[in-house]
Amino acid sequence: MTNTILHKANTRGHADHGWLNSFQSFSFAGYYNPQRVQFGVLRVLNDDRVEGGKGFGSHPHDNMEIISIPLEGSLVHQDNMGHKEVVSAGEIQVMSTGSGVFHSEYNNDPDKLVKFLQIWVYPNKLNVTPRYDQVRLDPHKEHNALQQLIYPYPGSTQAKPSNDGTWIYQDAWFHMGTFDAGRKIAYDLKKPGNGIYLFVIDGAFLYNGQRLDTRDGLGITGTDSIDLEAAEQGSRILIMDVPMKNNIQ
Amino acid sequence: MDINILAVGREAAILQVVERLINSHEGWHATIATTEQEAINAFKAKPYTIVFVCAGFSAQEEENLRQRLTQLDAAVVVTRHFGGGSGLLENEILGILATK
Repeated sequence: MTNTILHKANTRGHADHGWLNSFQSFSFAGYYNPQRVQFGVLRVLNDDRVEGGKGFGSHPHDNMEIISIPLEGSLVHQDNMGHKEVVSAGEIQVMSTGSGVFHSEYNNDPDKLVKFLQIWVYPNKLNVTPRYDQVRLDPHKEHNALQQLIYPYPGSTQAKPSNDGTWIYQDAWFHMGTFDAGRKIAYDLKKPGNGIYLFVIDGAFLYNGQRLDTRDGLGITGTDSIDLEAAEQGSRILIMDVPMKNNIQ
Repeated sequence: MDINILAVGREAAILQVVERLINSHEGWHATIATTEQEAINAFKAKPYTIVFVCAGFSAQEEENLRQRLTQLDAAVVVTRHFGGGSGLLENEILGILATK
């Protein structure tokens, strides 16, 4: 039986630190809602805006797959693995933090806001050697189509060779697409037992007659496929296909 | 309510951040340990509400530690901490306390 859980944009957690304005789809930091802790292995979905020149100073992470998707502007990332990189809108950044990494992340522009999604997924392998990757997306693959951003690591039983996007230590797939009004989208889940979390980045979509507006989230379980329709011109969506139970190795 | 939290892991620099973050919260008191034996010694010295198993410990080591500590105190929550202190630590503690 298909089940859904709707997270309207205006019900998200919110933290305004001045330099950082963060909207949190799931409990994070000082925002704790026992009804909104995670969706399967998807633990964090923060919709962050950081003022020009500001950012997160050096801090640690471990045993978490962290995906950053800049929507506007760019971030400068530096870590103790030796990376100093700028990641801009049109690219994605992935860190498998494993046994532990320290990094900083700042708005690369002194004046303009950077807007980005910060997504954390529980890994299915503990204490791996930390890894950093950054991938440029192809805007042509995203128009009226779903472009793959994330897929399972090459050693996974679910792995299929791919040049689209990059991998994480989890049997998870992320896709993103921008659609014309009225365009229909069919998506087949990649692994039995996975659930799907939809996040509307721009515009609006219809799922089973239910309208999802900008920054709304919808979790769906108990199905192996979904059908969506773009309700506005230029509607953009992120589809996260994730295990509902974590089988840690 | 005052609570003691023991964080066990093999990445000392991260544990120190975890310790600082826990201690910054009124009424929460952290102790850190980098080996199973250190953890058991600390556990015998005073009562703990939560034991976080952090980076460097495998799932099997986590289970071994859980078995040993719950033999000493059946009420203790021994659980994995994910994320290295940043973002989720306070949430994990609040979640555990909500179930107690």
